[in-house]
Amino acid sequence: MATGLHDSSFTNPVVRWIDQRMPVFTMMQKEYGTFPTPRNFNYFWNFGALAMINLMIMIATGIFLAMNYTAHTSMAFDSVERIMRDVNYGWLIRYVHMNGASMFFIVVLVHVWRGMFYGSYKKPRELLWILGVVIFLLMMATAFMGYVLPWGQMSFWGATVITNLFSAIPLVGNSIVTLLWGGFSVDNPTLNRFFSLHYLLPFVITGVVFLHVAALHITGSNNPLGIEPKGPQDTLPFHPYYTIKDSVGIVVYLIVFAFLVFFTPNYLGHPDNYIPANPLSTPAHIVPEWYFLPFYAVLRAVPNKLGGVLMMFGAIAVLFVLPWLDRSPVRSMRFRPIAKWAFLLWTVNFFVLMWAGGKPAEGLYVVISRLSTAYYFAYFLVILPLLGKIERPLPLPESISRAVLRGGGPLPGGAAAKPMEKA
Amino acid sequence: MAETLAPSTAPELGQTQGGGEHGPDQGTKRDFLKLVAGSFAAVGVGAIVWPFIHSMNPAKDVLALASTDVPLGHIAEGQAVTVMWRGKPVFVRHRTGAEITEAKAVPLAELRDPQPDGARVQREPWLVVLGVCTHLGCVPLGQKPTDARGDFGGWFCPCHGSHYDTSGRIRRGPAPSNLVVPDYAFTSDTQIRVG
Ligand code: HEM
Ligand code: FES
Repeated sequence: MATGLHDSSFTNPVVRWIDQRMPVFTMMQKEYGTFPTPRNFNYFWNFGALAMINLMIMIATGIFLAMNYTAHTSMAFDSVERIMRDVNYGWLIRYVHMNGASMFFIVVLVHVWRGMFYGSYKKPRELLWILGVVIFLLMMATAFMGYVLPWGQMSFWGATVITNLFSAIPLVGNSIVTLLWGGFSVDNPTLNRFFSLHYLLPFVITGVVFLHVAALHITGSNNPLGIEPKGPQDTLPFHPYYTIKDSVGIVVYLIVFAFLVFFTPNYLGHPDNYIPANPLSTPAHIVPEWYFLPFYAVLRAVPNKLGGVLMMFGAIAVLFVLPWLDRSPVRSMRFRPIAKWAFLLWTVNFFVLMWAGGKPAEGLYVVISRLSTAYYFAYFLVILPLLGKIERPLPLPESISRAVLRGGGPLPGGAAAKPMEKA
Repeated sequence: MAETLAPSTAPELGQTQGGGEHGPDQGTKRDFLKLVAGSFAAVGVGAIVWPFIHSMNPAKDVLALASTDVPLGHIAEGQAVTVMWRGKPVFVRHRTGAEITEAKAVPLAELRDPQPDGARVQREPWLVVLGVCTHLGCVPLGQKPTDARGDFGGWFCPCHGSHYDTSGRIRRGPAPSNLVVPDYAFTSDTQIRVG
């Protein structure tokens, strides 16, 4: 072996030539081939891979949309209509992009829920979790700016309300809003910069996803039992076991996606966005896209401008410190008799917030939003810290293989896993 | 280099009171250089970043779209018109006697953003305000005779339920302050110039 060349184990001469100089094949083999993965994943572990696929779909469709889209207030709406009517398959590309944003949020919300239920945010995966929350924030910014691009009524008024959130900041708020707008209202400069940033951010997301996966491959994956693998009998090589399991998930995901695109492409959108933007008239009910509704409900639950804005951002910020709020050493909610119910209630409560965010801010809806907001925060700030002290968890299984291969002898996992070690 | 210096200076730096010796001088010089280099780097980064940030602020042509003339002659008492100024709606309302009395009668203590009606108008019948809700920027309803005007007879913002009175002052709902009165002047008895 000449010095300076990587000691490649590949035999194909071309692959080997490249791998010796730049061991990407070795790396892929290590990270996605033989990578030891807990043997007891359930289908919730599909959603990371689905999110990755979804990001690629968004970038691919977005680049083709951008070839026909015009970022100018006088032409944006018409250029999107042209994509829908005149551009070959433009309707398909746009509907995939539009519904792709919704699919992305569904997938990522399930992915985050999985992390919360199985305690994946706990030591040693805190940084992995934090990077995930960063991705979530970037996604929200990207989707928000994308929704502005077609320059319909909801685009315009959504942009107005959301950028105005920053005017709640004391002293510098208004200057910040002027800076965001590049003018004195949401207008052409705003549309142009949103397009620029909407193109940029998905690539920033790709970068953070890379770090997210890099961190994952140091700590390894969590699993439904929330206990660490103790040895080879507890793991399987990623390929072919989980490449196959992920493929099954991808097929189901694509079926749902295709159903949305081909049968109900506008179901998740708002009809008002097919009315061109009018700066002189606000639609009677402005509602954000469904994935922002829970946070919008928090905003409106507070009768004070600055307070509402702080609570809304706080609803996400609290996720950053979740690893330090939940003091219980047990990860999986399966073994936490009280926390499990508190969290399932939190989940229902999240949907209540989503529902309330889509209703007008009056009467009973406000009361419900307030109660739901209170529980949303109480779960993180009161219930979890308290349960870490007082809850008595159920006994944890000795090892993954023990729990997975029920019955069996003293070391059933070890024996069963042997033939799978070949890769 | 750094490794060889660090152990010799570290104990001396510990005795802050000592001073005067060569050791502390050496440490101080290094600290000073670090500080100066760091500050220059920060100033340099700032000088490079600022043009980029400022390029996002309103451009000169945007700032130049300064004023709009509004003829008042055709606006009958009780009517209102909406004009566009700097991309925003401006409400011009020809108030009725009852509306004026109502606006003047409110005790200031009842107001969230206390301002007497007199401070918000130049000539009593004419109320000129930006048609932008001070909560999150929606356009309140109340310009058309058929619009809901809220509980105080002025405007009602449908977005999150802010009520404004006949002087454009916030009375109920999440908005923190009164509708903004833009700079304007009467250029004649029947015309104003906004901006
Ligand atoms: C994180 C990934 C992305 C998300 C979540 C996202 C989200 C969105 C959303 C919600 C819309 C509005 C769809 C509508 O109602 O019409 C949109 C529009 C648009 N996006 Fe993206 N996008 C992403 C990536 C990209 C990329 C990489 C590009 C490449 C340039 C792009 C280009 C566009 C264009 C040109 C439009 C306007 C056309 C239209 O409205 O259909 N997007 N995006
Ligand atoms: S924008 Fe008017 S009440 Fe919120």
